[in-house]
Amino acid sequence: MKNRNGFLKVSIFLIYLAFIIGSVIYKFNPGQQIGHNFLSFLIEMLKILPCAFILIGLFEVWVKKETVEKHLGDKSRFMAYVWSILLAGTTVGGLYVAFPVAYTLYHKGAKLSVIFTYIAASAICRIPMTIFEISFMGIEFTLVRLAVSIPLVIISSIWLGGYLEKIEFKMMEGN
Amino acid sequence: MVYLYILTGVLLLVSLIKDRKKTARALKIATKKIYHILPAFLSMLVLVSIILFLVPNSLISYYLGGSGKLVGVIIASVFGSITLMPGFISFPLCGILLQKGVSYTVLSAFSTTLMMVGVITFPVEKAYFGVKVTILRNVMSYFIALVIALVTGIYFGEIM
Repeated sequence: MKNRNGFLKVSIFLIYLAFIIGSVIYKFNPGQQIGHNFLSFLIEMLKILPCAFILIGLFEVWVKKETVEKHLGDKSRFMAYVWSILLAGTTVGGLYVAFPVAYTLYHKGAKLSVIFTYIAASAICRIPMTIFEISFMGIEFTLVRLAVSIPLVIISSIWLGGYLEKIEFKMMEGN
Repeated sequence: MVYLYILTGVLLLVSLIKDRKKTARALKIATKKIYHILPAFLSMLVLVSIILFLVPNSLISYYLGGSGKLVGVIIASVFGSITLMPGFISFPLCGILLQKGVSYTVLSAFSTTLMMVGVITFPVEKAYFGVKVTILRNVMSYFIALVIALVTGIYFGEIM
């Protein structure tokens, strides 16, 4: 089942690749544009991902499980949400970087509601992005957005975490 | 972005000085993790390249500019959910639309769903957290974005 799925994915990717290469050779405009989109996003990610994963690796070997459990785990208090939002503020890239970081935090003992807060916060309150937003949309727009979204994010994350614990949700291993 | 490189470099160096074996293990973990998640990232890139072609910025500008508030919010949130844009593209776009007279309400729905709801990042999110969590989180984020748009509209006097 898993192998067949993998085979299908590889085939689709190869067809996609052939389509892009063919489009470039025969100057098929839509295909060229799609290829261009692919490349520009690939480059954007290559700028960030190696660093992000090296930092994750360093985190895994140097930070003790007890430390994460104490500050972000089951016994942690409300400060855990503050920490996760501050950490999110310094995250670069976007959701696709937040997922592996959150996954690592979870396996180091952070509780579910905290990692969901972290994911959502890294979508909406990354500091460089917020400063950029203020310069285009005005500070009022940004402040209203943050003032409404942060409480909602924490409440919904606590709800989602609680629900998943109730159904005894287990996260996948090995990623 | 430069800070990321400096931070990574400095931490790597400190780690190397303190313990070589541990540093080697960290790098091994990093490469293993990248290798595992690579297929999901490639799926995401294929999706993003096709969707950005089908939904270009000009199309988004056209629809956000020319609709009423309720329809505008719905269209904006759908566009925001299915596309993926880095902040340095999306906010200038919002800034231009704001000057063109598009309401804060609509732009809030667009920019918030853009940030929080990820149809395109689905392959990556699913690989880490599974289908169920991914769907739940995205649906929740979508409704949070609608609430944010509503409050933004009330604050700027566009609604009521």
